[in-house]
Amino acid sequence: MPLVLRGARPYGEEAVDLVIADGLIVNIAPVGSADGDVIDCDGLIALPGFVDLHTHLREPGREDAETVESGSRAAALGGFTCVHAMANTSPVADTAGVVEQVWRLGERAGLVDVRPVGAVTIGLSGERMAEIGAMANSEAQVRVFSDDGKCVHDAALMRRALEYVKAFDGVVAQHAQEPRLTENAQMNEGILSGQLGLTGWPAVAEEAIIARDVLLAQHVDSRLHVCHVSTAGSVEVIRWAKGRGVNVTAEVCPHHLILTEDLVASYDPIYKVNPPLRTAADVEALREALADGTIDAIATDHAPHPHEDKDCEWGAAAFGMLGLETAFSIAVKTMIEPGLLDWRGLADRMSVAPARIGRVREQGHAIEVGSIANIALVDPTGTRVISSDRLASKSRNTPYASMELPGTVVHVLYGGNITVRDGALA
Amino acid sequence: MKHLLSAADLDRDQAIMILDTAAELASLTDRSVKKLPTLRGRTVVNLFFEDSTRTRISFEVAAKRLSADVINFAAKGSSVSKGESLKDTALTLEAMGADAVVIRHNLSGAPHRLATAGWIGGSVVNAGDGTHEHPTQALLDAFTMRKHLRNGSGDLDGVRVGIVGDVLHSRVARSNVLLLRTLGAHVTLVAPPTLLPLGVETWPCDVSYDIDSVLPRLDAIMMLRVQGERMHDAYFPSALEYSRLYGLDSARMARLPEHAVILHPGPMNRGMEISADVADSPRSLMVEQVANGVSVRMAVLYLLLGGMKEND
Amino acid sequence: MDSSRTRIVLDDSDISRAIRRIAHEIVENAKGADELVLLGIPTRGVALAERIRSAISEIEGYSVPTGSLDITLYRDDLRLRPARALEPTSIPSEGIDDRIVILVDDVLFSGRTVRAALDALNDIGRPRAVRLAVLVDRGHRELPIRPDFVGKNLPTSVGEQVRVNLVESDGSDSVTIHEGDSA
Ligand SMILES: [Zn+2]
Repeated sequence: MPLVLRGARPYGEEAVDLVIADGLIVNIAPVGSADGDVIDCDGLIALPGFVDLHTHLREPGREDAETVESGSRAAALGGFTCVHAMANTSPVADTAGVVEQVWRLGERAGLVDVRPVGAVTIGLSGERMAEIGAMANSEAQVRVFSDDGKCVHDAALMRRALEYVKAFDGVVAQHAQEPRLTENAQMNEGILSGQLGLTGWPAVAEEAIIARDVLLAQHVDSRLHVCHVSTAGSVEVIRWAKGRGVNVTAEVCPHHLILTEDLVASYDPIYKVNPPLRTAADVEALREALADGTIDAIATDHAPHPHEDKDCEWGAAAFGMLGLETAFSIAVKTMIEPGLLDWRGLADRMSVAPARIGRVREQGHAIEVGSIANIALVDPTGTRVISSDRLASKSRNTPYASMELPGTVVHVLYGGNITVRDGALA
Repeated sequence: MKHLLSAADLDRDQAIMILDTAAELASLTDRSVKKLPTLRGRTVVNLFFEDSTRTRISFEVAAKRLSADVINFAAKGSSVSKGESLKDTALTLEAMGADAVVIRHNLSGAPHRLATAGWIGGSVVNAGDGTHEHPTQALLDAFTMRKHLRNGSGDLDGVRVGIVGDVLHSRVARSNVLLLRTLGAHVTLVAPPTLLPLGVETWPCDVSYDIDSVLPRLDAIMMLRVQGERMHDAYFPSALEYSRLYGLDSARMARLPEHAVILHPGPMNRGMEISADVADSPRSLMVEQVANGVSVRMAVLYLLLGGMKEND
Repeated sequence: MDSSRTRIVLDDSDISRAIRRIAHEIVENAKGADELVLLGIPTRGVALAERIRSAISEIEGYSVPTGSLDITLYRDDLRLRPARALEPTSIPSEGIDDRIVILVDDVLFSGRTVRAALDALNDIGRPRAVRLAVLVDRGHRELPIRPDFVGKNLPTSVGEQVRVNLVESDGSDSVTIHEGDSA
């Protein structure tokens, strides 16, 4: 029997019955007209399932922080139907063997597409190129390559990587951080870092790498993706590059759309993240850039850490914060509520664009007949208070604990199957 | 006030109260009274994640002169993977019933974290954290200047202080800028641009790259320790060039006003930021700073453990 | 302070008379003034000691060495209240060794202040004798301490508040009792 999403409003527009069968949207009918297993979607908005370009699932190696399975659950609850698992695991995902292992773990969990990201260099050491071709041709079909956590700072190596991935339409996702300018860096460099006595992470360390990389991408006519853009200056560089026709895409993290560096004055490592929280002016520029398309996608940089790595001194703490289960709410709060994006725009930034950048054919489809039924049904009027104890992630390092955020994910369909129903795993 | 984490925690009245209390305690301990019963039965822990014998001893003497029980706890620096975790250490100290924890840490903000993370209930005194602050050093510097320039009472209104050297990495400079400003002094930071933090122009002080233009106007000059290894990180080309451009030698000392005093938080790099003859001159107050450090720390412990009076 | 529940028990002339009498008794008791040291306990004890000094000077023509003794650091109730700024302690240059020290305070109540003062004295030197002069003894002792010279014995209930006002600190001289909870 087909599944009927009764009264859902695609992109917040007119309410319809979405009829799902064999993993596809097979019919879009007037409300109440379709027969089947009915899920009441009255008042809910139907969006294409979200696609995250930047997720740390920690497996293999740090299963105490997250596993592919626990991360998949967190993703599904956040409205995602696909995540890109970053390569900085232990061992590093720099061989076909490791990426296939991660891919299989994702298949086994069965809640979202887990698309492994392959390392650009062996062991993320920035020295020798990893077997990118083998990973691309493996069962995992890797298309996104990144040393994320580290910057591919050697210009010659970056050039070669950009060239090499062209053979299979891959993309190099750069963690833009000039290493010498950020030695022991702890927070955004500015007036506050000087007062707090924390080593600064200057904006220029990000912007200089992006500037270099867009020129390299243009020079070799390849595809570059910029991870977690965090500064107004980076936005300007990317806007300039796109204006020149450079094939560059960029992502922004939810936390960089809402949190600012002044939180660091508490020395609470829950706010320690890389790249660091920046200024209100940066936040403003990032929101605008996401609205006008200079930045293509929201990506979570979901970075789980065990409690002890955050329950310590700032300088000893790990970088990173959770994101999968709160990304949609932050997007609503920072982009929808101020009117910077409409629901179609949000669908583009959280699903269509990231699927295109990652070359994930099965994801990011429009809500229309014939599309694969990867669908998030969200309540735009719902709110919830974030509690770190009620997260599906194995870790607790959310910076939003006890904040009230708008927008709830109610039901999620992944390949036509219900993964989340009434806000809980099905 | 429960903790002393930053010089910014102190308003003018509180700062003066600490200095006045220290002055009174100094006169008591100048007499035959070396030990007061004030903190009998209280436990003060010196928690040092970073070696600093002189600061540790200063706090230890201060606490003992007030009859507190003192526990010295030397811990290995914390890192993500290895070493003593600050939290576990804190929980141990809490179980021991520490009334105050005096903490020195190589990481900025560690005292702040200790005071606010909910690990312990006692008072926290910052005895120097990373490149952040060292408020009791600033208090003892202010005490020393007040004694020589303002007859040991009131504030430092109008006193002109030069702080020279590695401001970027100096917790002493940060605390001094804040406290001296609170007390009405006028501070000029002097350093090569590489050793000044970004945003220093927003600090409540003046900045100069030229020590010689500043010298004739100073009532006090404070020379900061400059570590030789900074030159390997290209903060300046050589020790020789640094001392030529920013060091205090006898020729420069002669250009200070006659009443001006010279301070140094120690330990000194003789021949680097200060020449040996200047260090040993009668205008240098380093030895007195050490003695004043004990009085100031006694005052801080007394006022924190008794619960400092709110502004009234 | 609610004046309707406050009554004056000593006025300015009562206080001057009391001080003159205390001065006489001190001299009589010590058989002269030349071995005496007066130490006032801050704040009002210091002014009272000074007044006693000048009264003795009128009687004997000799100015008794007079100082102040802050007992804050010797209190046994430091944990219970906010730490206070220290008052100056000034011991006359003659010292206190082998002298007769007269401790001067405004009100004698529990006796704890005097105990702290005895501890403080002990750290400073070794007097031949220590005597206690107070303007008002209001009873309710918690320690075996009694005054040697009293301006006025004032029966009170524990809840009442006795307040000594002096020109030096309060603008005028009076001793008042206020009913109700102590401030
Ligand atoms: Zn990254």
